[in-house]
Amino acid sequence: MTSLAADKPVPRAARFNVGVALMFAVLALVPFAAAFGPESYVLGLVTRVMVFAIAALAVDFLCGFGGLVTFGHAAFVGLGAYTVAIAGAHGVTDMTVTLPLALIVSAAFAYVTGTICLRTNGVYFIMITLAFGQMAYFIAGSLAPYGGDDGITLPTRSTLFGLAVFGNDRALYYATLGFLVASYLLCRAVVYSRFGRVFRGARENPTRMATIGYDVFRYQRVGYVIAGSLGGLAGFLLANAAEFVSPAYMSWQRSGELIIMVLFGGLGTLYGAIVGAASYLLLEEGLAGLTENWKLIFGPLLVIIVLFARGGLVGLAASVRARFSRD
Amino acid sequence: MSFTLLLIQTLNGLQFGVLLFLIAAGLTLVFGVMDFINLAHGVQYMLGAYLAVMFYAWTGSFVLALILALLAALAFGLLLEFTVFRQLYDRDHLEQVIATFGIIIFLNQGVKVVWGAAPLNLPIPDGLAGVVTLMPGLTYPVWRLVIIASGLIVALILYFLVSQTRVGMLVRAGATHARIVSALGVDIRRLFMIVFGFGTMLAAFAGVMIAPILSVEPGMGDSVLILAFVVIVIGGIGSMRGAFIAALLIGLVDTLGRSFMIDILRLVMPPSPARTVGPAIASMLIYVLMALVLYFRPAGLFPAKGRS
Amino acid sequence: MKNKFLMSAAATALMVAGVQGLAFAQEKLKIGVVTTLSGPAAVLGQQLRNGLQLAIKDNGGKLGGREVELIVQDDELKPDVAVSKAKALIDRDKVDFVVGPIFSNILVAIMKPVTEGNAFLISPNAGTSNFAGKDCNPNFFVTSYQNDQNHEVMGKYAQDAGFKKVFIMAPNYPAGKDSLAGFKRFYKGELADEVYVPLNQLDYSAELSRIQASGADAVFVFLPGGMGVNFVKQFRQAGLADKVKFLSAFTVDESTLPAQKEAALGFFGGANWAPDLDNPQNKKFVAGYEKEYGGAIPATYAFQAYDAGLLIDGALKATGGKTDNKDALRAALMKAPFTSLRGKFKFNTNHYPIQDFYQVKVVQVGDKFATSIDKKVFTDYADPHAKDCKMK
Repeated sequence: MTSLAADKPVPRAARFNVGVALMFAVLALVPFAAAFGPESYVLGLVTRVMVFAIAALAVDFLCGFGGLVTFGHAAFVGLGAYTVAIAGAHGVTDMTVTLPLALIVSAAFAYVTGTICLRTNGVYFIMITLAFGQMAYFIAGSLAPYGGDDGITLPTRSTLFGLAVFGNDRALYYATLGFLVASYLLCRAVVYSRFGRVFRGARENPTRMATIGYDVFRYQRVGYVIAGSLGGLAGFLLANAAEFVSPAYMSWQRSGELIIMVLFGGLGTLYGAIVGAASYLLLEEGLAGLTENWKLIFGPLLVIIVLFARGGLVGLAASVRARFSRD
Repeated sequence: MSFTLLLIQTLNGLQFGVLLFLIAAGLTLVFGVMDFINLAHGVQYMLGAYLAVMFYAWTGSFVLALILALLAALAFGLLLEFTVFRQLYDRDHLEQVIATFGIIIFLNQGVKVVWGAAPLNLPIPDGLAGVVTLMPGLTYPVWRLVIIASGLIVALILYFLVSQTRVGMLVRAGATHARIVSALGVDIRRLFMIVFGFGTMLAAFAGVMIAPILSVEPGMGDSVLILAFVVIVIGGIGSMRGAFIAALLIGLVDTLGRSFMIDILRLVMPPSPARTVGPAIASMLIYVLMALVLYFRPAGLFPAKGRS
Repeated sequence: MKNKFLMSAAATALMVAGVQGLAFAQEKLKIGVVTTLSGPAAVLGQQLRNGLQLAIKDNGGKLGGREVELIVQDDELKPDVAVSKAKALIDRDKVDFVVGPIFSNILVAIMKPVTEGNAFLISPNAGTSNFAGKDCNPNFFVTSYQNDQNHEVMGKYAQDAGFKKVFIMAPNYPAGKDSLAGFKRFYKGELADEVYVPLNQLDYSAELSRIQASGADAVFVFLPGGMGVNFVKQFRQAGLADKVKFLSAFTVDESTLPAQKEAALGFFGGANWAPDLDNPQNKKFVAGYEKEYGGAIPATYAFQAYDAGLLIDGALKATGGKTDNKDALRAALMKAPFTSLRGKFKFNTNHYPIQDFYQVKVVQVGDKFATSIDKKVFTDYADPHAKDCKMK
């Protein structure tokens, strides 16, 4: 393994606090600007961005800090979404029930599969997480009572104590933003905690961590469960945003997209995952509006970013800043 | 469920496995020797099929189309190697994944722009289009036997090349000790190009051979790519023998699973749910197999010795 | 990297310019299209888009006397992407009609955002049973069929033709189950077997061996798109074409025949239309389509989208080009004031068509292949789900 842009994530992440606060502030102001334009479209789009940002945060937490490249994280998103849809199909729509349930289901799946996956490492870990992702995908597609491969429409967005709080797009938007900020702060806190030091240390040198006396496997499994639950949270929100759930949420292409978002923004920085999710989805949306053959532009763009912008957008921004401050 | 049906399905599984081997062989070589994850390997297979269709329309001869398609695919592969992949060899695996994924996106759309979105067709060469009678009342398409035979021949050639030639020795050495090989003064760049070009041609060959059976369409390489990765991971990365055995294993498990899963389930549940659950379980089978193999042997069935 | 910023800046600028341009030309009729333009199924989505574009072109660029602006969105066959695109059409572009999609799962996903956004959703292909029955929707019209019907055509044919033992097969997803259920509604003979294969399966060797071993005298399959191409070729290669009659729905049509070619000759399908359906407007449409789109013969997707264009045209003519009174527009749509390419056409209470159905057969036309009307199977046929719909 050669060096990653994320080799020294800690100090930089700490310095960027102002930038991160600014980013969240901008997100908080979006609805006010949107009121002058196609409001529900803009809110819907940015809500989607934030939902994927939460999932990408989870992937960055695993990849960028734990060195665990997961190629099956869409499964957790799908599990969270399906929990909402299946509960809804049985008349349970209150988020006091469905949200904890979504978290528990995805955490449990992470615990069980993590126990098996974490025996491997490197490319083998990538492939075994893919295997479990695919299994979840095929199971979801075989759920005939819940729409099978076609997916299922939610009867209603989640309620809170019987109130249709998400009936308003703005409320869903701010709730998603709140969850995004909370997820970011949680990941940050975990990364810099004593637990996080072991978790990161296991990435650099598992043998050394084991020699010092840490049970690396258990630390990694806790990390995997945290990331899985965050995926479930994203799924809960995605189901509410789209009011629709389908096995397509769990496809391996989706898991791949999450990794790409993280690399796009900058691995191992947390806020890079948010920047990456936003730029990936908005770029897709913008290019698709330009031409039917937008993929002819999008594909080479990915290549160019890898070749010329090491460390993703965040890395690029940092090197630009460095250049300017030197002058 | 007769013995003859089982026999036929075993042949089908073998044919599928051989196809997977042709694709996985190049992938495991490139991965093992160059430590390079090339997701664009699947689009080389697609490109082989498309090129064969085009050359067949020009020449009207399957053999000519095959040769021209292999040469064109090789040229294109080397062009990609020269312009993009070369910059990626010393990069992180993840960066390789993103860049080669970008190439997949580009080429899937590219073939659509060049050849249209509609599926295309490559006919079976004259004389090989019929069926042979294996047993009274049971016939089998000749072309599928041709695929099995050609795959086995390629496997033999590969075995000879890897175990008996100087390049093969370097490849084996490179798979386990790449740094030492280059320190010994071997032109590693050239070795990489040979290995890469060879892998590209194998994938294109698989694409041409399967084109008469499957529809030639954009994105046809994507699902095969994932299966090829499953194969090389089960086999152990860099191991040609592992890729061969794993490919046949996956081919057989998948085909036999799809064929008999419903019947097996019918023994324990009513026919109607068995019909719905069966295909889902059959689709999952190879992933379950992979998870099991990796659980008990975290580096695959035949881990290349000396790899960390 | 700079490229990327320029790119997104250009995209934003164009989007802004687009929005302003639209505000300027207020009188244009805006129609959104949600269709699949990427992935292997893109060929179907292109037919849909082409058919609608041709209808507009044949009307001199206008529908109902108004200039038309068509906004085409690629759903990528991902339901959540489709939802986002549909919301953009409703909310950003303020379209009055959305035409699409090809696939049932996309239809299920976009139904709510479009119809609740006060636009009319006109499906030129997907017609699921739930929206024909208990979930029928006043703002939803279908110019194709109810999904079960083409399968029922084949079931009726198999029953009437007296087949003794039929092997039936479909992909393992809701439309696949509807398909075989539709076939069995009319075919009462013995089933050699009933098989569900994983969606997008490529190789059918396993199933072909079973067909051969089962001694069936006919197969009925529903394998749309690339699945059908593969199955038809492999069916022919296995030497079964001479022994077993081939009945199908959405498996041999003009979108797949360019790849199936001779392999599909003589195979049967159930359909509501074929390119050689004998009426003047259809002849003009087929000739126009071939001329406009590089010699490709239109499939049902194109013809149904063309009809969707005619439906909008006719309804707007009835309202004097106005779209603001939704009730008046709905009543106008309901009367189906247009001459369909298939001849007779009217809407049932559930906004699905009542129409004739045919058994079609693959024939060679010059150096191309197409389906051809073989026999009428149903006359003025309505789907069985309409009785569950509460709309009057």
